[in-house]
Amino acid sequence: MSTLTDHLTPHLDAGARSRLDDLVHELDDDPDRISVLFPAVARRVARGPAESDDPDGIRHPRLEDEARVALLATLAGVWRDRPERFDRELADLYRYGDADEKRGVLRALSAIDPDPGPASLPLVDDALRTNDVRLVAAALGGYGARHLSAESWRQGVLKCLFVGVPLAAVARLDEREDAELARMVADYCRERIAAGRSVPPDASRLLEQVPWSADDRPERERSRG
Amino acid sequence: MRIFDPHIHMTSRTTDDYEAMYAAGVRALVEPAFWLGQPRTSVGSFCDYFDGLLGWERFRAAQFGIRHHCTIALNPKEANDPRCVEVLDVLPRYLAKDGVVAVGEVGFDSMTAEEEKAFTHQLELAGEHDLPVLVHTPHRDKEAGTRRTLELVNSSGLPPERVLVDHLNELTVEMVAASGCWMGFSIYPDTKMDEHRMVTILSDFGLDRMIVNSAADWGRSDPLKTAKTGRAMLDSGFSDDDVDHVLWRNPVAFYGQSGRLLLDEVEAEPAATFEGNSVLRGQRPTGQE
Repeated sequence: MSTLTDHLTPHLDAGARSRLDDLVHELDDDPDRISVLFPAVARRVARGPAESDDPDGIRHPRLEDEARVALLATLAGVWRDRPERFDRELADLYRYGDADEKRGVLRALSAIDPDPGPASLPLVDDALRTNDVRLVAAALGGYGARHLSAESWRQGVLKCLFVGVPLAAVARLDEREDAELARMVADYCRERIAAGRSVPPDASRLLEQVPWSADDRPERERSRG
Repeated sequence: MRIFDPHIHMTSRTTDDYEAMYAAGVRALVEPAFWLGQPRTSVGSFCDYFDGLLGWERFRAAQFGIRHHCTIALNPKEANDPRCVEVLDVLPRYLAKDGVVAVGEVGFDSMTAEEEKAFTHQLELAGEHDLPVLVHTPHRDKEAGTRRTLELVNSSGLPPERVLVDHLNELTVEMVAASGCWMGFSIYPDTKMDEHRMVTILSDFGLDRMIVNSAADWGRSDPLKTAKTGRAMLDSGFSDDDVDHVLWRNPVAFYGQSGRLLLDEVEAEPAATFEGNSVLRGQRPTGQE
């Protein structure tokens, strides 16, 4: 296995790394093969959760995610002089991917070094429009934290609370959380309480950490007109 | 009776059908990509359909305890429409996916040059992707269409045991039996083939390489015709093992050549969601509101 991508596949055993190595060689010979190698990764390399308490790969990449990330990191290297070609392929892999493949693309955006740049941001926006917890969680990885606007990122975090993605899955939460996010979460909690529902523990924790003021509320209502 | 329906278009069926199929013994099925009745006018409409076969429909079947697989292809009828033919360029992306167990339905509808070109190209794709092939035979001019189908399969170099020639009847079964290809029969309420004629064919030709399906779709059809054929076999003196041979082991052997069948027990999980949406209309799954 290429030592260049070993750090991206910490949970793959020797057999899986050897099988991944075969795919990496195929990719080195013909990078366009990514369109058919990428979907076949779970079948040809490995499949399953990396952590037993995270079966859907919400907080940690699954085994097939790690292998897909390694393939895309390889491809980024092969096409380092053609970044527009790499961006286009990422978009195609995402468009034609099933939910597992889409998650693999999103995981790769966060893991590839150097950062692939903002051209793939529409993929993150698409994932945040779904209600699929696997995609919403992956969309708020490191790439989303670096590139999403403050407005989109806050809406994404709020969506996590709505659909049940643990905030532990959100990259750089401590750095990006702000008073406006806290205001949105506080409103959300008030709605829950008014409806006689419980408040998610993640929401309470966030409100404990971030200073927010009830003074924000009238300002928001004025802006609504 | 355990049943693998090797050809059924569940996208066109209801949840009542899924429940009745499970009750009758259906535990796995293959949904071939086909014509939707309403003609498509763009490649995007094919891609959305393929995504549905691999995503939502597989999830929906699992809700009812049934393993769902599919075949992917440009169907013969739409191979004549230049707006649809470009889908051939994106097929390789789909043929690489886990839930895809064959290239299909390919073959002839009206025996045009365009159909033959698409058919031949997709036979090549099957070889490249190491997948078996499901071949539709035409409703009109079936004998000539089946003969030409076998000629093309033969010249493709694909091993005949990797090819299933479907919708056969008493007039076309013999040439397919002689070819070494698998023989498919669609049991319909009033056309193609019925379960009693099917039993006679099984008596005459034996059980090997014989595939029985309901081919149920948006037309008048019956998703329980596989089970009814099994009962007709038992009534005619075939054994339980014979029924299992035809209704389970044969389709498993044919599609198993893909290496992509998933047949471990599917537990019905009514609270599960696909991309956040449940089949329990208006009723959110446990743990969410």
